[in-house]
Amino acid sequence: MAAGAPLITFDKVWKSYGQGEAKVHALAGVDLAIQRGEFVAIMGPSGSGKSTAMNIIGCLDTPTAGTYSFMGIDAGRLDRNRRAMLRNLYVGFVFQGYNLLARTTAAENVELPLIYRGVAARERRDLAMQALSQVGLVGREHHSPAELSGGQQQRVAIARAIVTRPTLLVADEPTGNLDTARTHEIMELLTQLNTELGLTIAMVTHEADVAGYAERTIRFLDGHVASDSKNLEVA
Amino acid sequence: MIWETVRLSLRSIRRNVLRSFLTLLGIVIGVAAVIAMLTIGSGTTEKVKADISKLGSNLLVVRSGRPAGPGGPGGLDQVVRPLAEKDLAALVAHLTGARAISPASQKQVRVIFGTESLTSGVTGTDSAYLDARDWKLVSGRPFSDSETRSGTGVCLIGETVRQQFFGTGDPEGEIIRVNRTSCKIIGLLEPKGYTGFGQDQDNVVLMPLHAYQRRIAGNRDIDNIYIAADDRTPTSELQPRVEDILRDARRVTPDRESDFAIRDMTQIADAMASATTTMTGMLGAVAGVSLLVGGIGIMNIMLVSVTERTREIGIRLAIGAHEKHILIQFLVEATVLSLLGGIIGILIGLALAGLASVALTIPFAPSPAVILLAVGFSALIGMVFGFFPALRGARLDPIEALRHE
Ligand SMILES: Nc1ncnc2c1ncn2[C@@H]1O[C@H](COP(=O)(O)OP(=O)(O)OP(=O)(O)O)[C@@H](O)[C@H]1O
Ligand SMILES: [Mg+2]
Repeated sequence: MAAGAPLITFDKVWKSYGQGEAKVHALAGVDLAIQRGEFVAIMGPSGSGKSTAMNIIGCLDTPTAGTYSFMGIDAGRLDRNRRAMLRNLYVGFVFQGYNLLARTTAAENVELPLIYRGVAARERRDLAMQALSQVGLVGREHHSPAELSGGQQQRVAIARAIVTRPTLLVADEPTGNLDTARTHEIMELLTQLNTELGLTIAMVTHEADVAGYAERTIRFLDGHVASDSKNLEVA
Repeated sequence: MIWETVRLSLRSIRRNVLRSFLTLLGIVIGVAAVIAMLTIGSGTTEKVKADISKLGSNLLVVRSGRPAGPGGPGGLDQVVRPLAEKDLAALVAHLTGARAISPASQKQVRVIFGTESLTSGVTGTDSAYLDARDWKLVSGRPFSDSETRSGTGVCLIGETVRQQFFGTGDPEGEIIRVNRTSCKIIGLLEPKGYTGFGQDQDNVVLMPLHAYQRRIAGNRDIDNIYIAADDRTPTSELQPRVEDILRDARRVTPDRESDFAIRDMTQIADAMASATTTMTGMLGAVAGVSLLVGGIGIMNIMLVSVTERTREIGIRLAIGAHEKHILIQFLVEATVLSLLGGIIGILIGLALAGLASVALTIPFAPSPAVILLAVGFSALIGMVFGFFPALRGARLDPIEALRHE
C-alpha cells in the first residue's frame, strides 16, 4: 500500500434493505476516508446508518453498491471467509453490549481470536495476560463475565480486541451501557491505545463529550455524511 | 485445535448434564441393545454348538411315528407302531457305515436311596449306548453283554444322582430303588451339565433295556434307536440306508409313508444355530431403528444448541472464525455427545449380557470387533446427524447473529 493512502475508503457506498416500496437505504452514497492512526468519532441520530457503516468498515458486511476498500483491498467484494480472515488479522471489535462468552473466563475470552489464528496454547496465555494488563485487569483473568462489573467487562472486550495487535478498532457505542465515571475510564484507555500503539479507532457514540476524545467527528444523517470535522484540542 | 474443540464440547455438554443425558438416551438404548443382543447371541450360538456336540455329532435318532410335517408326528389317522427288537436287529445286521447302534427307552421315574428320593430320567439301553452318545464313565464299568441280554438289575448313574444320594462318596456297589425294582450301581457317568433348554443331563440312570422293559415300562417297546456314523460316513449318506432297512424290516409298502422318523442331529444343530443368527439379526434391526431415533435426538438437540448459542456464534464469526471453525465445533460436539452415549451404551449392554449369561448359563462372549464397531457407529451417527445443525450454525450471518437475544 502506498504511503499516505487512507486505511479506509468509502466510494459512493450504498447499503439498501428490502424490496420496492419498502426499500430502505441505510447508506445512500457515502464518501469517506480514514487515515492510519486516526481516532474518529461517528455521530448522528438513531437510524442514520452509523452501525451499518461500522459493520462495513469492520468487514462484517458488504455494500450493496459502491466500493469499500480496506488497506487498499476491495473488501466489499471478498467472500465470507476472506473477510473473516481480514477481521481476524486486522480488526478488533468492541460492542455496546460487551459480547463476551458467558461461563468463560476473562482470559479465555481474550484468547479466543488467537485460537482462530492457530496460536499455540502457551503463547495464547501469555498474549492474553499481556492484553489484560494493558487494559488494567490483572488479577481478574479467571473471573467469568458474570463476576465482573460493566466497566470491567468492557475492558475484557477491549483486551480481546487488541490481543491480535490489530490495525483498526471498531467500537459501536462502547460506553453506551456505562456510567459517566466508567465512560471516562474507558475513553482514557482508548485514547491511550490510539496514541501509544498507533491504533486506528472508529467509534460510534451519541454523547458529545465521548466524541470529544476523538480527533475528528463524522456526523451521519439519513445515510449521508452530514459533516466531517477535526475536533478542537480541548478534551 | 481439535483437542481444544473437544474440551469445549465436553464443557458445553457438562453445562446441560440432564439435557445431554436425555438426548443420549436413544443412542444409549440403541447401542446397549445391539451390544447385549450380539453378545448374548454369540454366547447362545457357542452354547448350542457345545450342546450339540454333547448330544453326539454324526448322530441319527430313529423314533416311531411319521416324520414331522403336515398332520404332525404320528398323524391322526394311524396308530403309532412302536420300534421293536427286530427293527434294531435288522439295523445291526445290515447297516454299514455306523460306529454304534443302540436302543433307548426313556421315562421320568422316582429313584430312591435310603430316605432320599429324586425324579430322574431313566433310560433302558445296551452297552453300545455310551459309544453312540459319546458318553464316558468316570468310574466303574459299562453293562456286559450278558447283563444286557438277561436284563440284570444293574445301573449307571449321572453326577446329579450321585450328589443327591452319596454326596461326593463312591456310589459303586450301592443298591438304589428305581420305581418298584432295585438295581446295583456299577458305574458313574462323566458330568455333562445342562442343555440349552435347561435340562440337567446328569440327572440320569441307565439300565439294561430288558430290565427297563420288564420292570419299569411293562412292555417290549423301543422308544429310540441311536445310530452314530463312523468317521468316513456323513449322516446324510447314512440316513437313506437306515430308512431302507427299517422300511423293509417293518414291511412298509412302497405306496405308504414311513411309520418312523429319523432325526439328524447335525441338521438340528445347524437349524438351531441359524435360528439364533436370524433372531440376532432381527433384534439387531430393532436396535438399528432405536439408533436412528437416537440420531434424530442428537440432531434435535444440536439445533436447539445452535439456536441458543447464536450470539456466541456471532461473536466467534466477528472475531475471525471461519465457517469451517464453527462447523467443526458443533460437529465435534455432536460426535462427542453421541460417542459418550455409545460408550455408556456399550457398558450397559455388556452388563446386561453378563447378567444374561449368568441367568441362562451361556458363555459371556463379548466381541472386540462388535464393540469397536459400536464405537465407530455411534461416532458416525453424531457426525451424520450433527452435520445439518452444524452447517446451519456455520452459515449464520454474523451481524444478525450478534443482534440475536
Ligand atoms: N437488517 C436490516 N434489515 C432492514 N433494515 C435495516 C437492517 N439493518 C439496518 N436497517 C435499517 O437501516 C437504517 C440504519 O440502521 P443503523 O443500525 O445503521 O442505524 P444507527 O445509526 O446505528 O442507529 P442507532 O443509533 O439507533 O444505533 C435503519 O433505518 C434501520 O432500520
Ligand atoms: Mg447503531
